[in-house]
Amino acid sequence: MPILDELKAAIAKRLPELDVVIGWGKGFDALHHTPVFITSEADLDKLVLGPLSVQNLATYLTRYPKTKKIGVVVKGCDSRSVVQLLQEKLINRENVVVFGFPCEGVVDLEKVKRAFEDQGMEAARVSEASFQGDRCTLTSGGKAGSLPMADLWADKCNRCQYHDAVISDEFVGQRLERKAEDAYADVAAFEAKPLAERQAFWQEQMSRCIRCYACRNACPLCVCRDQCIAQTREPNWVSQRTGVEEKFMFQMIHASHLAGRCTECGECERACPVGIPILLLKRKNNKEILELFDYRAGIDPEAKPPLLAFKVEEEKINERGW
Amino acid sequence: MSAKYLAQGDLSAWLGALAQGRRVLVPVRENGAVVFRPYGPGTKPVLTRQADSPPKESVFPSTERLMEFSYSKDAENLGKVALDIKETVNAPATVVFGGRPCDARGFTVFDRVYDTKTIRDPYYAERRASTLFVTLACDTPETTCFCNSVGSSPVDADGSDVLLTPVDGGWLVEAVSERGKALLDAPALKDATAAAQDQAKAAKEAAEAAMPPAWDAAPAAAKLLEKFDDMGFWDDVSAKCISCGACTYLCPTCYCFTVTDERSGMKGERIRTWDTCMSFQFTLEASGHNPRPTKAHRLKNRVGHKFSYYPDIHKGPIACCGCGRCIKLCPVSVDIREIVRLAMELPTATAGKP
Repeated sequence: MPILDELKAAIAKRLPELDVVIGWGKGFDALHHTPVFITSEADLDKLVLGPLSVQNLATYLTRYPKTKKIGVVVKGCDSRSVVQLLQEKLINRENVVVFGFPCEGVVDLEKVKRAFEDQGMEAARVSEASFQGDRCTLTSGGKAGSLPMADLWADKCNRCQYHDAVISDEFVGQRLERKAEDAYADVAAFEAKPLAERQAFWQEQMSRCIRCYACRNACPLCVCRDQCIAQTREPNWVSQRTGVEEKFMFQMIHASHLAGRCTECGECERACPVGIPILLLKRKNNKEILELFDYRAGIDPEAKPPLLAFKVEEEKINERGW
Repeated sequence: MSAKYLAQGDLSAWLGALAQGRRVLVPVRENGAVVFRPYGPGTKPVLTRQADSPPKESVFPSTERLMEFSYSKDAENLGKVALDIKETVNAPATVVFGGRPCDARGFTVFDRVYDTKTIRDPYYAERRASTLFVTLACDTPETTCFCNSVGSSPVDADGSDVLLTPVDGGWLVEAVSERGKALLDAPALKDATAAAQDQAKAAKEAAEAAMPPAWDAAPAAAKLLEKFDDMGFWDDVSAKCISCGACTYLCPTCYCFTVTDERSGMKGERIRTWDTCMSFQFTLEASGHNPRPTKAHRLKNRVGHKFSYYPDIHKGPIACCGCGRCIKLCPVSVDIREIVRLAMELPTATAGKP
């Protein structure tokens, strides 16, 4: 049975005990999926699954009262957000049903856009798109073109260690059991650049920011939302000005509050409407966390996140020896 | 004045001429995004697709300083403090080049609010007066384009000063406004041949024909009002919304702002900055009460304002230019076309209050 049919069957089985199940449905064109909210068996027809199922639906879990019974379909990376939310007691385990599946990866629509642009095709004018095996075929403006999927996977998928959900109540399909390496080579390469160059890079990137907070609101772990420190007027921590300083200050707030919690789902960067590579900031923190505490967030619901714990003497932090 | 012709090879010559003594904003590529930036030698404008950010900043900056202020204490009497206030209107001469008809038309929605017989916002009005729009007519629509459903078209010159239409080897250049005519007096522009004019006419017709079928958005005004208290409807259509402000800040017609005093020590400035009705803080009252406590209330306002309240107040025009950015760039693909359609099609669960 195709995985989508298995998934529908699994959801149909659990639906009677749930208020809503969140999955993906068709979006506004052939290159977009969009979250769908399933409350009846008839809604199951809307469900789709594939390389366009980009959104991390775990971000909706904390938007419902904790008492609601919610089902959520998760990719491997999304499942790590669920684990982190459980660790922080932001959701009730007994009120969440997690549907997992073997995720082959999702595309980076920016890469799709650019790669087809090189062939003289506009992704924004797409009429048909298909993902078969290792090729993506697109029809746009009466022209058809094809590209290897290898060029289109999101970066996070190329370094993915968790294709199969790390937590699930219903898992459909065969586990992929695949693991790529991730030694944070991108962070190391960026850090090797001179300070002035790094500063100029962020100045240019952040000058494009429109401060819409899509990065924050798409983040499954940014749970302060309406009470975010960046927007409170009393006290007024961040000025209302829209200079690069204020915008970068917010990115620092976001990254710091995510330290040791970020599961690198990449929603912040994907959500950015003007293509600012802000996941790099979170990966920098995660690289440090991995080196200092040998810890990756959102893997084991029973583990204690290092920044939620206290040790008098940390093993790898030299606090008094200088 | 008859129409002119600009050869592709003469584009930078004309841009260079326009940039003499003016700020010329052109769409350029930055890390995959296309945004408006000041033109300088070597700048390569991206004219093949709609920019991701509209040129809203040109007339309505995300931060506008309204005034500077400083306090000074009287040395003889420290209890006596003098306040000095300086108004700071800043309206640099600007040409926005290469925006699309929807981009330029967006400001016509602003005009009805910021520059009226009874209210004239000097900061807006002076920037508006100092900014000209050289607009590029569209040829083929993107999947999110719907300008023809909100009273416009892919070749609409409303709000523009000059309209460029793609023809063989370049563009037909037509003045739309008196101010636009002055821009056409440039050596880079040649008189257009009859053939080029015919080609442009055909290109415009083809562009209009290429649009998806238009739907009538006018009935939405009454239907949205009827659904004002139907929160079940609004909960459903806003379920996937993550309440960020991407849709409003990328919208060429969203004009809301907040005003704050940013003070440091004895001096400071009063600034006007973009605000978004998608934000909880937008209607948060000092008491802590919020009349729009959920994202459903807030999305209702965004759609209702554009397709019902604004057309009602201004007798017809819809406060949406159909550019589709709010759909295309929404992280979760909330589709305003679908919400308006559902509002018109679905029965209303709770009748609106009289």
